[in-house]
Parts: sequence; structure tokens; C-alpha cells
Amino acid sequence: MSGKEYRTITDVKGPLVFLNKTEPVSFGEIVQLRLSDGSMKNGQVLDTSDDQVIVQVFEGTASVDRQTGVKFLGDVFKLPVSKDLIGRILDGAGRPRDGGPEIVADDMADIIGAAINPYSRQSPESFIQTGISAIDACTSLVRGQKLPIFSASGLPHNDIALQIARQAKLVDSDDDFVVVFCAMGITAEEYNFFVHDLERTGALENAALFVNLADDPAVERLITPRLALTAAEYLAFEHDYHVLVIYTDMTNYCESLRQIGAAREEVPGRRGYPGYMYTDLAMLYERAGLVKGKKGSITQFPILTMPGDDITHPIPDLSGYITEGQIVISRELHQKGIYPPINVLPSLSRLMNAGIGPGKTREDHKSVSDQLYAAYAQGRELRGLVAIVGEDALNERDLQLLKFSDIFEDQFLRQGRDEDRTIHEGTLDLAWKLLANIDTKYLVRLDQKWIDKYHPTDKKEE
Amino acid sequence: MSEENGVIYRISGPVVTAIGIAPRMYEVVRVGNEGLMGEVIELHGDQSVIQVYEETSGIKPGEPVVRTGQTLSVQLGPGLLTQIYDGIQRPLPKLEETMGVFITRGVDADGLDLEKKWDFNANVKAGDEVSAGHVIGIVQETETIEHRVMIPPGKGGVVKKIDSGSFNITETVCKLEDGTEIAMMQEWPVRHPRPFIQKYAPDVPLMTGQRILDFLFPLAKGGTAGIPGPFGSGKTVTQQQLAKWSDAQIVVYIGCGERGNEMTEVLDEFPHLIDPNTNKPLMNRTVMIANTSNMPVAAREASVYTGVTIAEYFRDMGYNVALMADSTSRWAEAMREISSRLEEMPGEEGYPAYLSSRLAEFYERAGRVQTLAGDDGSVSVIGAVSPPGGDISEPVSQGTLRIVKVFWGLDAGLARQRHFPAINWLSSYSLYPQALDQWYRDNIASDFPEVRTEISTLLQVEAELQEIVQLVGSDALPIDQQLTLEVARMIREFFLQQNAFHDVDTYSDLKLQYDMARAILSFQEEAKKAIAGGAQLEDVVNVPARTDLMRGRFEKGYNDKIGELVSEMGKQISSSMEAN
Repeated sequence: MSGKEYRTITDVKGPLVFLNKTEPVSFGEIVQLRLSDGSMKNGQVLDTSDDQVIVQVFEGTASVDRQTGVKFLGDVFKLPVSKDLIGRILDGAGRPRDGGPEIVADDMADIIGAAINPYSRQSPESFIQTGISAIDACTSLVRGQKLPIFSASGLPHNDIALQIARQAKLVDSDDDFVVVFCAMGITAEEYNFFVHDLERTGALENAALFVNLADDPAVERLITPRLALTAAEYLAFEHDYHVLVIYTDMTNYCESLRQIGAAREEVPGRRGYPGYMYTDLAMLYERAGLVKGKKGSITQFPILTMPGDDITHPIPDLSGYITEGQIVISRELHQKGIYPPINVLPSLSRLMNAGIGPGKTREDHKSVSDQLYAAYAQGRELRGLVAIVGEDALNERDLQLLKFSDIFEDQFLRQGRDEDRTIHEGTLDLAWKLLANIDTKYLVRLDQKWIDKYHPTDKKEE
Repeated sequence: MSEENGVIYRISGPVVTAIGIAPRMYEVVRVGNEGLMGEVIELHGDQSVIQVYEETSGIKPGEPVVRTGQTLSVQLGPGLLTQIYDGIQRPLPKLEETMGVFITRGVDADGLDLEKKWDFNANVKAGDEVSAGHVIGIVQETETIEHRVMIPPGKGGVVKKIDSGSFNITETVCKLEDGTEIAMMQEWPVRHPRPFIQKYAPDVPLMTGQRILDFLFPLAKGGTAGIPGPFGSGKTVTQQQLAKWSDAQIVVYIGCGERGNEMTEVLDEFPHLIDPNTNKPLMNRTVMIANTSNMPVAAREASVYTGVTIAEYFRDMGYNVALMADSTSRWAEAMREISSRLEEMPGEEGYPAYLSSRLAEFYERAGRVQTLAGDDGSVSVIGAVSPPGGDISEPVSQGTLRIVKVFWGLDAGLARQRHFPAINWLSSYSLYPQALDQWYRDNIASDFPEVRTEISTLLQVEAELQEIVQLVGSDALPIDQQLTLEVARMIREFFLQQNAFHDVDTYSDLKLQYDMARAILSFQEEAKKAIAGGAQLEDVVNVPARTDLMRGRFEKGYNDKIGELVSEMGKQISSSMEAN
């Protein structure tokens, strides 16, 4: 490009810089700002017209003045991609953070990413065994899915995400996952926790990290997940890797989005978040999946902390409408000392039915899962009743369900941080063992043929 | 500067402002060096505001904008069925061919294959007088559906020459005396409803095979229904069930701003599904529009209109068409997003002030009509709504509820208990039963409406009793009320719950639904008698034949067996009385 440097800044507002009298500048173009002390900042064009250009500055606008030089680089934001990204730690703008050399690019990839043609997608249907019973039995994960963890401050969502990253495997193949980890505004402490754990298990060599910490520029968070997903797409669709993308914390990302919206004086939507947040989130979450004719896949685990434990807050709400289900972490279970404190009732995996059943997990999986849900849901409801009228008022069926809900939490949900349960013996057989505490006549969700085949007491009689 | 060609002045996301052209409102223009498709949505002095249907990054002020003189239109003709389109009628398989698995931009594709030859069989002859909407010939478009080629609205006269034979859709098949040439393809602007003679009252039910819908909250052919529900309450599955099983001859499915993987599931699954009425693939009668959440937002806004125009076209041939839109909330959000880019004064929650009138206009395009040709055709519209946080007091839900006649209220609580379809029987309603009752009496059973009333009364009574049970426990209730609870439980577990993923249970015809409802009432009757005769409630409830009756619905041939199972249950209940 011409390399022309403009010194025509008129306004600076929050993370935005307004300037006028430029040559035509394209929408989405990247921008370099040279401050009077010689330091450089990067930005991107958000709005362009003959009269005015609005630039969003990733590193924040501290020290920007009217003398700052602005240079338009004539291209949209691109990430140098290569297989060498695996094993590297980059910062939130894609620069090495681990002291290593610059990435030697095999290709430059546009970080916005194009939408996958729905016709070209392949339906996800390979069951991923996470070794966590609550997930494997009740909200089964499949390869190519995006399944967020809805958590809240003070809950062990990071442990769960790491346990999944560690244990995730396909039942019927040896393919391993490559982890792309994306940190948005998390604390250095949390970051160290992740890195140490990945190091401890040797997973770090098989991971690419994109890190924007709490004290890094907030606006940069808007590109960090896009970089991570661009890397993931490259690894999955050019090099056949199965990629597991973990990003945390989506709530920080949305805060940054709101900040930009406010600085542009946009009409806010719910709770001040911009009206286009749904589309914006979709452009991240939808970069998961499988594509016909390619071997690789992208599975996403976004983590978000629900402000005030409120699942109807716009961030979890809009996420839930895009992602294929959610894993909900419960404060109540956590306080009871149960790990992982996954509340299976509001949790859901929309792709579960495609990934379970004969040939994938086991023929009785669906029935067992439905029965677990139904029994546990009713048992939990009865707890409320017992608090008012006492156990004496319950009939036999209700007593059994009540008892089941306790056993379920204590034996089925609860497991060790390194306990890796197999789907057959570890999870489904355990479920049958616990369901045997309820009379078969109350187990209406179970087909008789599965009762005949798998019910432990029936087996003893054989 | 000519009025036909202008330049870009400003770009802000999907909204581009051009100067130097004087287009009409809603005219389609070509934007930038790549000729991206856009539509004029606002005129402001010298400036024309354009929503662009493709990604705009990399475009600069100063690039050209060219008028086309056309408004946003769809191509209508043989080749629509089995097709999968994006929001502006570009066939997705074609896009894959030209640009690979990722949708890049600047690619044009015709909605219909202009080259393919179809066998056209004329059914009028030279000298016949034909008017708009008149069917002049037939094309067997798919195995099950014949495409009726019509005179486009606004045309008509005396046929001068018409040929049967093999033609592509742009070739003239019919010439009128006044020189008008008619081809198989016609175009229609999506934002205008297609004309018809009059709207009829809806008095025929649209059968869906879903028990809670057909039996308790029926939709009429040509009716409108809204399905609001929080995420995870099974909205999409319900819509898909309707698309699969409803007895409309044509189904138009609009995936508007929804998940890619889910859309793929639909795209993968539909071609393998068999229509229970014809035993042919369901895809033969289906047109799909897939505009996922990450595809351009302006095309999402257009997708709903594209879909309903195609539906109306088949209606004009005399077909019953069911249109599913999943989800209208995403459509409304697309309007909001564009409205906010236009810096319009927002209404409630940032939605534009015209939201409710747009919703009304859309649902008004449903209806059972007398077509221009004098036939009977219908478009039934079923719109999913995704209210944030499941709170239906928000503008899109409210705007929808003011218009639609059927409300299928999905309930997260039921979904959590794995009660599917998770449609709340207390909050849902349908305003059609009165209009439909005569049909039920004539075609299913003379006491059909009474049975339905009994069932819904029982559910209502249960809700009241449950409140007492919450306080004192069920044992404290008198035995007849305990029985009512058991009967209501049977309604819920045996009748209302239906497993969409089970081969047999997924579909129940209306006769079977009626029989199942009768079976429940007959259980109530027998149980009452037995209890009056001294039997224990528990024994009555636990007779094995009742379990057989309830589990039997998962087995093939249930329609024939149910009578036997009911009488066996009756016998066992009577004998439980004798045992005491």
C-alpha cells in the first residue's frame, strides 16, 4: 500500500479513534497507529465513509493524541498459520508470548472466517467419551459439537474443562485431540493453573494457546477467539487434526463487545449489550463442526460465567440459542461437596441422540438416560415436599425416588478429578446399579427388553 | 453522473450508503467491484441506504453501485422441490460447487436450473381462454408431486399455440393471441403477497400425528401457530416433527438464523424419511431454506419472505402447504440489527417500531384461499419463537401471540423432566376447535369433541389438585381424587408424551389418538366401579394389563391391538375388586 500516514484524528472516545480526510479506506481494514513516543498500536476499521473513518484500537487508546500517525495497511486482519502453532503460546493479538520465534507462515488466514455452507457440513455423530458420568450418560458430547459450560464465579469449571481436555477420546478410534486454548480476560492465576495442568499431563506440547489476560487490552479480546478459531480451522481442515477448542471466559468477551458498542453510541439491546451480539457470538460458535470430505473436526468448549448465577442473562441466553446444549454447573451441588457439580437437569446435549445407541455407545443408553433424568427430577421435586410435610406423607414410590436422588448425586455425579470412567462399565452399568434401588414397575421410561437384559437383579436370577 | 450508476459513500457492517443513484425502494442493486447483491431500504436525500446480502469487509468508499431495476424476487417453476436454498434463493449445492465448503462472496446462482428439460403436458389447447392463475400444463416434478404450470398473475387471453414436449423452464411453451409468451418459470417479488380470489374460514385440521397437537390444540389448514419456548425445550424437534409428519402436500422449511449442525441434521435426515401417506421420500415434497446464524444477516431478513413466496406459489396450484419458520426471533433480530445500523429510533428492547406490523404482514400471508383458478389451496404457517430467557413478555413473542390462533407453549420444566413434546397443556391454546369440531364428528367419531373436553378437564383438575398435594401430600386426598391424579398421570405419560425418536411412537393417526383417549377414560370408568366395589386403588392402578396397554404404543400394530388391550384391562380391574 501507499504507506501514507494520516495525522487527522478528530476524536478519541474509549477504544475508538475517529479521523477524517482520508483516501478511501476499506471496511474491516487493519490499521497501525504510531504514537508520538514512537510506540505502535494496532486497530481495525469499524465504519468508513468519505468523510470519516472509525478505528477500533486493540491495545486501548491510552497516550493517543491528535499528532498520532495512522496508517491503513490495505488488508483485513490475518493470522499466519502453520502446523508449528501446535506447542506455542501466543498473546491475544497472535504474537509469540513464549519467547519463541515468530511463526513461519504456511498461509495467511482471514480471521473473520467464512460461514460453512450448511449443505457441506457433515452431521456430527462420533461419541466422545469424557470419562465423566454426568456428561457421558446424560449430556453426551459428540465430535464437532459446541457445548458450553455455564458456570458462575467460584465454581470449578476450569477443573472440569481440563478434565475433559485430558480424558476426551473416541471409543472406536485412537485419534487424539489437539487442544486450542483461548484465554480472554482471565487472571494470571487462572492462566497458570491451566498451563501447569497442561504441562503436568504433557498436553501442552499438543496445544496452541492464545492468551489475553485480565490486564491486557480489553478490546484485544474481540480478536483473540477469532485467532484461536482460525488456527483451529487451519489445523482441522488443512491438516486433518481433531481440535478441541476451549475458550474462557465468554463473559469477558461480551463485556468488551458492549464496551465498543457504548463507545460508538449504538442503540443498546438488553442490559446494554449490542443488538448484534447474537450474530457476533454465532460467528464464533458456528466455527465448530465437520465438513464433508475433510477428516478433521472442531469441537468447542466455551466457558462462561453467568453473572449472578442467572441463566436468563443475555450472555448465557444467547449462547444457549446457538450452541448445541449446555453443561450447567450448580452452586448447590458444589456446596454439598460434590465434584463435578454438574446439574444434569438444565444441562443438555442437542446432538446426543446422533452419538449414542447401538454401535456407538450401547443400545440402552437413551432409555437409561431418560430414566435417570426423570427419576432424579422427580426425586428433587419431592425434596421440596418433604421439607414441608415430612417423609411420612410420601408413598412407597415417592420414597424410593427421593432416596434415589441422593444416591444419584453421591455415587453417580461424584467422581474423582482423575477418575476416567468408561461408558459401558463405568457409567451405564453404574446407572443400572443405582436404578435398581427403584422398583421396576416405577421405571416407566425403560423398555422391558432392556430391563430383561441389563437390570442387575434380573441378571442374578438367570 | 448517471442515475443508474453511483458510488459507495459509507460502509458500516451490512449497511452501505451510496450516492449518485436514484433507485426505487426495495430495488436490488449491485455493490462494489465484486457486484455484491444488496437491496435499497432507505432513501435519504441524495443518499440511498442499502442492506447487503454478503459480507462487506474489504469494500471501500468510491467503489461502484449499479441499479438493476428489479426488486428482490424469486424464480418460481419446476425444480423448486427437493432444493436447498440460502436466504436469497441461491441453491446451496450449487454454491458448494462454485466456492467450496466455505461461503465466500460475489457468487451469483440461479434459483432454478435453467437448462434442465422437463416434460410439459399441456392441458389446454389453442383457442381456449385462459386467465391469470389458470393451469395450462403439468410437469411431473417429483415422483409424488405434479407441478401445475400457471399463467402468471397479470396475464391472460386466448391461447394461440401451446405445445407439449420437453422444454427448459425459460422456453416459451404457450403463446397467447396478444403475443404474450408464457414459459414455465415466472418471477415474483418476495415482499408482495401473491394474489388470490378470497380467503375461506379454516375448517379442516392439519394433521400432524403428534397427539398433544392434533388432539388438544389442533391447527387448521391455512391457520397460523406460534411455538415460543426457551432454548432446550424441544422447539426445533417439534418443528421438525411437523415438517416430517404433517399431512400437507408441500412443506417449506425455513431455517432462519439457526445452528449449522442442526440444519445439516435436517438436510441429512430428510432425504431418508419416508412420507407415511405416499411411501415416497419426504424430500419430494419439500423445499428448504437454510440461512444459519453466521451467514449474512440481511439474507436472514430476506429468507422468511423467500420462503413464504414459494409457499404461496404452490398454494396457487391448489396444494395445501405447511410453512415452518425456525426461528422468527432470529428474523426479528436481523431486523433489529439492520434498524440499529440505520440509526432508527428504536421501539421496545431495541427492536424497530415496525416489528409488530412486519410480523402481522408475514402471518397474514397464511390462509386457506380460493386461488385465481378457483381451486382450494392453503398455506399454514408455524413460526417458532425463541424468547430470551424463556420470558414471553418480550416484543417478538407478544407481537406473534397477537396474531396467531394457536399457541403451543413449550416449557423448560417439562423438558427437564424429559416430558416430550414439552408443550405445556395448561398454557397452550387453539382457537380452531370450534371451527373444526364438525369435521371431527364427521370423520373420526361423533363424540370426539366431548372426549377431548373430558381429557382437558382432567388435566385442569389435576393442576388444582397438585396444588393441594404440594401442601399435604397425595395420601391425604380422598380416594376418588387420588384416582383422578392417577388418570391424569396416565394422560401425561401415556398420551401427551410422545417419543419423536421412536419408530412407532413418533406418529399416531387421529383415529388412534381418539382410541387412546377413550382407553384412558375407560380406565377411569372401570377403576371407579372397582373402587366403589371395594378394590384398593393401588391394585387397580397396578394391573398388568394397564402397563401392557401403556407400553404397547411402542409396538407395531398397536392400532389393531388397542381394543383388545383395553378390554383385558377392564377384566383385570374387575377381578381386582373380586380379590378383595
